[in-house]
Amino acid sequence: MKLFSSKKNRQRLLTAICTVFVAGMSLLFLFPILWMLSTSLKTDGQVMIMPPKWIPDPVLWSNYPQALRFMSPRVFLNTLYIALFSVIAHLISCTLVAFGFARIKIRGSGFLFILVLSGFMLPYQVSLIPQFILFSRWKMVDTYWPLLLPALGGAPFLIFLARQFFQSIPKEMDESARIDGCGYFHIYSRIILPMSKPVLGIIAIQTFMNQWNDFMRPLIFLNTASRYTVSITLQNFRADYGMTPWNLLMAASLMCLLPCILLFFAAQKYFIQGIVVTGVKG
Amino acid sequence: MKRSQVSAPRPVRARMSRQEKRKVLAFFLFISPWLIGYLLFTLGPIIANFVFSFCKYDVVSSPVFIGLDNYREMLGDKLFWQSLKVTGIYTLFFVPLSVAGSFLIAVLLNQKIPLLGLWRTIFYLPVVTSGVAVSLLWMWIFQPTYGLVNVLLHQLFSVQGPGWFFDEQWAIPATIIMGLWGAGSQMLVYLAGLQGIPTMYYEAAEIDGAGAFTRFFHITIPMMTPVIFYNLVVCMINSFQVFTPSFVITQGGPNYATYFYVLHLYNNGFKNYRFGYASALASVLFVLILLMTFLIFKWARGWVQGEDR
Repeated sequence: MKLFSSKKNRQRLLTAICTVFVAGMSLLFLFPILWMLSTSLKTDGQVMIMPPKWIPDPVLWSNYPQALRFMSPRVFLNTLYIALFSVIAHLISCTLVAFGFARIKIRGSGFLFILVLSGFMLPYQVSLIPQFILFSRWKMVDTYWPLLLPALGGAPFLIFLARQFFQSIPKEMDESARIDGCGYFHIYSRIILPMSKPVLGIIAIQTFMNQWNDFMRPLIFLNTASRYTVSITLQNFRADYGMTPWNLLMAASLMCLLPCILLFFAAQKYFIQGIVVTGVKG
Repeated sequence: MKRSQVSAPRPVRARMSRQEKRKVLAFFLFISPWLIGYLLFTLGPIIANFVFSFCKYDVVSSPVFIGLDNYREMLGDKLFWQSLKVTGIYTLFFVPLSVAGSFLIAVLLNQKIPLLGLWRTIFYLPVVTSGVAVSLLWMWIFQPTYGLVNVLLHQLFSVQGPGWFFDEQWAIPATIIMGLWGAGSQMLVYLAGLQGIPTMYYEAAEIDGAGAFTRFFHITIPMMTPVIFYNLVVCMINSFQVFTPSFVITQGGPNYATYFYVLHLYNNGFKNYRFGYASALASVLFVLILLMTFLIFKWARGWVQGEDR
């Protein structure tokens, strides 16, 4: 008992318990991805071996090119096109709107901002059917427009984040620019935007990931195989097979997740700290 | 508006108002992307959705007003009640588990433990992976004979695991576990909140001799109530909208055990092309979410500290 009597030792013990617990939990969180990777490199026979091995022997890289026969590179390019277009659209629209709300105070702007915030409380499904009817009237079903056009209006949550960030930039910055005779757009493009790289990063990453992984909207709006996105193709790949070739399926799934995983690792620090800097607390 | 009360010479007032006008114009120019998008893709469609919900509207014919018939039909629609039940049960278990679990992890990841960056990365990684690929991954993990979970259950405890997604009783628990895997997004919000708690509170408590648990219950939790509240609302709204797992993994089965509300909406709207009825379903979802949010807001008055959010 002497060991735990001093405060320092108790603190150490607590830290040790925390670490062990966190390590155990994180292993649980990591298992699925590792299992996916392991399965994707196995032969058909190895997938069914009991007890399963974590490290495939032999390592079957050819599962990946084989999976690519079902998931043609074209599908990846389609999705990339949609995602990148949306990223650019959101970078422009979200920051413009956020600047308006952060820097120009007029009567009623508070109320309008509440309308913006209401946007992330509203279930998307409630506008889905009228949107579908609208886009079919415009003859845009089975094109990318239904997926791209709404992005031009920005996303409520990202507008909110950008506004929070802009408000944390001292107003004196604009005042001095205004004395020099600069208009609002100048202040936006020359002063605010260059100082807002973290929030621009968050907008880009969030948008890319949401669009890349989106399933319901491509499912509803796209009908032609050559226009499909990765989610739709992956779903069809599974449905086309009677018995599921798990190794190929996991290889295909991992390829679909890879862009987002790579993006996450590339921008990780920036990303995790970015939200902290922006402060979600309103 | 105070300025107009000051009796200023006329030319000055005119100039002021011109400047005001410019300001208003600039404001609306800046927010126009959102405003147009909101009217065209959110507000307009929501109003249209309520109108359609009172109509019989199939793709071929134009909408015909039928009053409350769609809503009346809903009352007798067994699948509607089933989907409501499935979504309700899922929400009831998933939301508290997710909100509390991610809070616990965030608190632990806010301690001074070794390899902090690594743990944070691992917990957050599942969040960036979502959609169909993740549904397929969990389908494989919960595969009854060769899946990781049942194999481990057999190896470690020599227990024969259930059929998970193929078993009426275990399909929802499997969906919940799959959802909890993505709890990292809430964790990040908590971490941001935890780092905003001034350290002097903890220092003062320590001087007064408060232990780790006292500090946790009397400082951390009270200071975090607004963030917990935020996560609660967002998590609830999201859990009402679950679609991808039920569509990809189970197609709502077995025997409608995972027949989520939005799947019912999708089937009516885009499989049977009954836009009127699907609109009525969407309206009910909208009202339900609004009602739940309102109830949480009211309930939160009792426990959320600090300014009203």
